[in-house]
Amino acid sequence: MTTLRIRGIGVWSPGVADWSLARTLLANGDWPASGDGRPAPTLMPANERRRAPESVLLALAVAEQACMEAGVDAATLPSVFASIYGDLSINDYMCATLRDDPSTMSPIRFHNSVHNAPSGYWSIATGAMAPTTSIAASRETFAAGLLEAACQAVDARAPVVLAAYDSAGAGPVGDIASVSRSFGCALVLDAAASEGPILRIEARPRNAVASAGDMAGTASGIAHLCSANPIAAGSIPLLASVASGVPGTFSLQLSSGLELHLELTP
Amino acid sequence: MTPLKVLTHTATSCLGQGRDAHYRALTEGRSGLRENDFTRAPLATCIGRVDGLESAALPPRWIDWDCRNNRLAWLALNQDGLLEILRDLRGRLPAHRLGIALGTSTSSIGDTEQAYLELDGRGRFPDTTRSRQIHQPHSLSAFVQRATGWDGPVMTISTACSSGAEAWAAAARWIEQDLCDAVLVGGCDTLCGSTLHGFASLELTSPRPCRPFDQRRDGISIGEAAAFAILVRDTVECGNDGAPDLRLTGHGESADAHHMSAPHPEGAGARRAIEAALQRAGLSVADIDYINLHGTASRLNDQVEATLVSGWFPATTAASSTKGWTGHTLGAAGAIEATLCLLALEHGYLPATLNCEEPDPACGPQFLREGRHAAIRTALSNSFGFGGNNASLVFQRSAE
Repeated sequence: MTTLRIRGIGVWSPGVADWSLARTLLANGDWPASGDGRPAPTLMPANERRRAPESVLLALAVAEQACMEAGVDAATLPSVFASIYGDLSINDYMCATLRDDPSTMSPIRFHNSVHNAPSGYWSIATGAMAPTTSIAASRETFAAGLLEAACQAVDARAPVVLAAYDSAGAGPVGDIASVSRSFGCALVLDAAASEGPILRIEARPRNAVASAGDMAGTASGIAHLCSANPIAAGSIPLLASVASGVPGTFSLQLSSGLELHLELTP
Repeated sequence: MTPLKVLTHTATSCLGQGRDAHYRALTEGRSGLRENDFTRAPLATCIGRVDGLESAALPPRWIDWDCRNNRLAWLALNQDGLLEILRDLRGRLPAHRLGIALGTSTSSIGDTEQAYLELDGRGRFPDTTRSRQIHQPHSLSAFVQRATGWDGPVMTISTACSSGAEAWAAAARWIEQDLCDAVLVGGCDTLCGSTLHGFASLELTSPRPCRPFDQRRDGISIGEAAAFAILVRDTVECGNDGAPDLRLTGHGESADAHHMSAPHPEGAGARRAIEAALQRAGLSVADIDYINLHGTASRLNDQVEATLVSGWFPATTAASSTKGWTGHTLGAAGAIEATLCLLALEHGYLPATLNCEEPDPACGPQFLREGRHAAIRTALSNSFGFGGNNASLVFQRSAE
């Protein structure tokens, strides 16, 4: 069992530009059915923002929000980036280009295609040289990312930023993906802090079908978001508990034999 | 950190299947590199290709997981008695305390590329591949979890060329923090159009077998490999009496915070990863007998790494890159090079830096052009990736 404090939160989804808005929406059981805009991390220069893939903007925007709320210097923090697919639009570009004419492949798109592209851009933008990792774990990606961030926070005895995100896909590969709507969230987790919502985390053998954390029965806007993005399905119960100030207990599946048991005290 | 026991390890690459095949190739001077015969569109480069994967379909019960990357993973799991050891531990320890942490950069993307050649009339994936689980980075670890029945935490680490090394760091944390009794750790990466044409677009591939640390080096040769090891806590009965006591004693990770596809010019991130690994191991540079270098044969990487190692490590440390043997296996590089370090500790044989005929002037006395026998106790493995993600590992053999 690990006990951490949540020192900062970041959220982005179409129509929901930050945690401040998300917090109000979640407290009211609400979420917009659609929305416009691109995530806009301010720590990236505007010209880089224009060229960067959406997954990078999404991850950096939420990580930046969480670090600002936490009042921590992002340059000092270890980071964990968790995403099911990385960037589906770039996957689509790569596969279509390889099919049509491999000799025309863009070198920038290629280096942006690595799963750790957001981690790389984050470290460049913040100057962070601390350990950083990028992981994937199918529908369990948020749970695996949270566990990894908790392990790193305990190991480093320092705050760690977790960014979990997936952007909506494009093309044939986007068509079969489990993500149809962009959503990202970030948490600054700290094992040594004395303020902020308390998150107790324990990995437990999995008994039966995990039901807590399932957003079925919640307001339709939130349920729709969770069905369109597994990162949202994993994280929204936790975020909603912080937003509403109501303590919550959740379990998130990690594997067929293990689940993450979470207790949140806002 | 508490040193963690490496119960067993194995690798499959263009050098062969299993530990002995790798040791024999290294001592007999046989590189696995050949002219590119893999890509559909011509590409003048050399590759480290594993033969026979095209006809090595997975057992029918795993048809949804069948792809080149998982075929290579399955082939590697079947070497050196690894599956039997995994089964034995599965029978003796709670399954939810058996973790899987694997690195990959390609995962199954080669088969996603293939699906784009077979789109149906509506421009969608054909039914044969739509329902399959492989079109995502986690394909590798999810398949390995099903194939082994190890039901604890499972995670795919994808930090480009440091993936296979960062997996070891994650696995160590799981054991240190009492989540796991044992972790299957390693990585698997396979040849695909994305990486071969992608590195070519950056003008980073060489038209001939790569020449790490040679003055005339002109780029990398891409290879494919799978390598696995089992990391256990000390209380786990191992039943491998007589085998050398090998341990992971340090791991360090860092970011360059410099550039997406070029290393920090002074190797600041690399130095930080090595320092963190040494600090965890309680060692200094003078304690390191052998370094398996990242040594990709790209102009910049080798310049930075040679300068860093030559100016920092004593002449008593031997260092080599094994990329001339296996090619650069990208997401599996950290995993297979961990196995090559463990082989060096087991056999007391330090592999040559193949194809390094005219060493870069930045190379100090540490750099091995020829392989040699030397009983060693301590090995360091370096892996540095795109995005500036760095990882270093320290392995030690206990005095018997």
